[in-house]
Amino acid sequence: MTQSETPPSSDGTRRRDLLATGTVVLGCAGACALAVPFVESLKNPVANPLSDRLLDVDLSSLTPGQDMSVRWRDWPVFIQRRTPQMLAALQAPDHLATLRDADSKVLQQPKDATNWHRSVRPEYGVLIGVCTHLGCVPSFEKPGSTPEAKGGYFCPCHGSHFDAAGRVARRAPAPCNLPVPPVTFLSDTKLRIGHSAGDPGFSMSDIQQI
Amino acid sequence: MTSPLKTPDTDPPDWLERRLPVMSLLRRQYVAFPMPRNLNAFWSFGAFLIVTMAFMIASGLFLAINYTPDITQAFASVEAIDRQIPSGWFIRSLHMGGVTMLFACLYIHIGRSLWYGSYKAPRELLWLTGLGLMLMVMVTAFAGYVLPWGQMSYWGATVILNAVHAIPLIGQPLSELLLGGDTLGNVALHRLFVLHFTMAFAILGVIALHVAALHVVKSNNPSGIDPVSPSQTLPFHPYYTSRDGFALCLFLMVYAGLVFFLPDLLTLADNYVQANPLVTPRDIRPEWYFAPFYAILRAVPSRLGGLLLASGSLAVLFTLPWLDRSALRPATRRPMVRLSLPLAFAAFMVLGVAGMHAPTPAWLLASRVAIAWWFIHFLLVMPLASEREMSS
Repeated sequence: MTQSETPPSSDGTRRRDLLATGTVVLGCAGACALAVPFVESLKNPVANPLSDRLLDVDLSSLTPGQDMSVRWRDWPVFIQRRTPQMLAALQAPDHLATLRDADSKVLQQPKDATNWHRSVRPEYGVLIGVCTHLGCVPSFEKPGSTPEAKGGYFCPCHGSHFDAAGRVARRAPAPCNLPVPPVTFLSDTKLRIGHSAGDPGFSMSDIQQI
Repeated sequence: MTSPLKTPDTDPPDWLERRLPVMSLLRRQYVAFPMPRNLNAFWSFGAFLIVTMAFMIASGLFLAINYTPDITQAFASVEAIDRQIPSGWFIRSLHMGGVTMLFACLYIHIGRSLWYGSYKAPRELLWLTGLGLMLMVMVTAFAGYVLPWGQMSYWGATVILNAVHAIPLIGQPLSELLLGGDTLGNVALHRLFVLHFTMAFAILGVIALHVAALHVVKSNNPSGIDPVSPSQTLPFHPYYTSRDGFALCLFLMVYAGLVFFLPDLLTLADNYVQANPLVTPRDIRPEWYFAPFYAILRAVPSRLGGLLLASGSLAVLFTLPWLDRSALRPATRRPMVRLSLPLAFAAFMVLGVAGMHAPTPAWLLASRVAIAWWFIHFLLVMPLASEREMSS
């Protein structure tokens, strides 16, 4: 530091401030650029490893009122064979009034399951067993298994109720009906999960909430 | 300073003092430090929290030595800690019991500040760093709970990661960074292990800020009137060192009772079943310290609404120094607050108990009333009470 230096002119101050600002701005930009590879390294390296696989299920052992669960694309899939009483319960007007989306307006199912029973054939219901609230697996409650059980699904995590067609109750934290996967009946007792003959363009990524 | 170069610096305390004045700092901050004379037992919980954190870090490091963050081995490695590693059961019990002691002390410590108005000027930053510490402890506790990879770990992580996912705008990228894949698995477990570990040390850093802020603004006291003359204070040592020491002995007796006699009192049997992505346990429940927030999620028949109210119940505490503008600190001197605040404490406890029970209509109703009162207290009663007090 020399004593003889004259005080900087206003022009010099401006040039110094410009250099300082430029350094800070470029430094910040550099720091942000440096952060990119760090964040990149956290991303999923395998892009969509679970393509729409097909799974064939034999339904011959399923008796009316029974349900089974299979694993498809890492999701539990519930298959139930409905009794005439269960089908009647799905259409009861006072029951429909308790549902958030009784007419399946939200895209949670292929077109061939956008109906009152939310399935291709009324007798069989096929649902993805992932609660639309926060992702737990609901359990099936047979009609009459407990005093309040009307037949349907109950999520143990936060108490969301779904009816046997997977339609969510209005008084539940879950926002949407349970998703319906695309299915095709190959014969009366053989079901193919992963492709819908009635809605061939349907893909699971179209589903609103899973 | 008079000619420091000529003074012989052979005396060790003096030698250290002129190079790094830690001894005088300790003397100023922990021996001669002026404390109000009238502090009650609630002022010992900060000391309990520091000691519990020390136990958590020590036991956590030794657990990490024997733990394997891999979904095929995590569960077995925790079982091995419990059954095969010499004294492993003790270290794990110390860590699990420590979580309960930590949250119990945190909630009492925060309740103390609410009751005696310790969040008010000039202690706002003390309050905010303290609440920040509570949030950090919550994140750490969640990440740690996933590590044993039991059923509760798995489904707890599923629920929390989906809740993060449901946050508008930032939720989806944030949950994807945590999850690192399509499903909850190895990548997520490893990330949560690193998060758990890192947060523990980040908490130590924020504790340092919290204590530094305390030593600037000094302790509040039950009267809510800061001491003005030295005759109204006592030096920290020996008065409060001996008192905190005695209180710590009592605290450690409770902690030891939990660790040695009731290690399974607060654990859920389902977490000793390995994670199964296809079956959610029938009687799933959160740990007691998250039960109030869990009860809010269940009692609100809307996903976004539940998440907003659960996070809002904590967020409202951050704004308290500005909602409550009254100069009066302790609730004992404020008629409205004296009635309303115990009800808010009761609401928090009702939510906690409701969260541990099945969602029957009665518990849902109780939860809804409790949620309503919690927000009424902070958003209506506090501003109203302070307005009336300021005008009179």
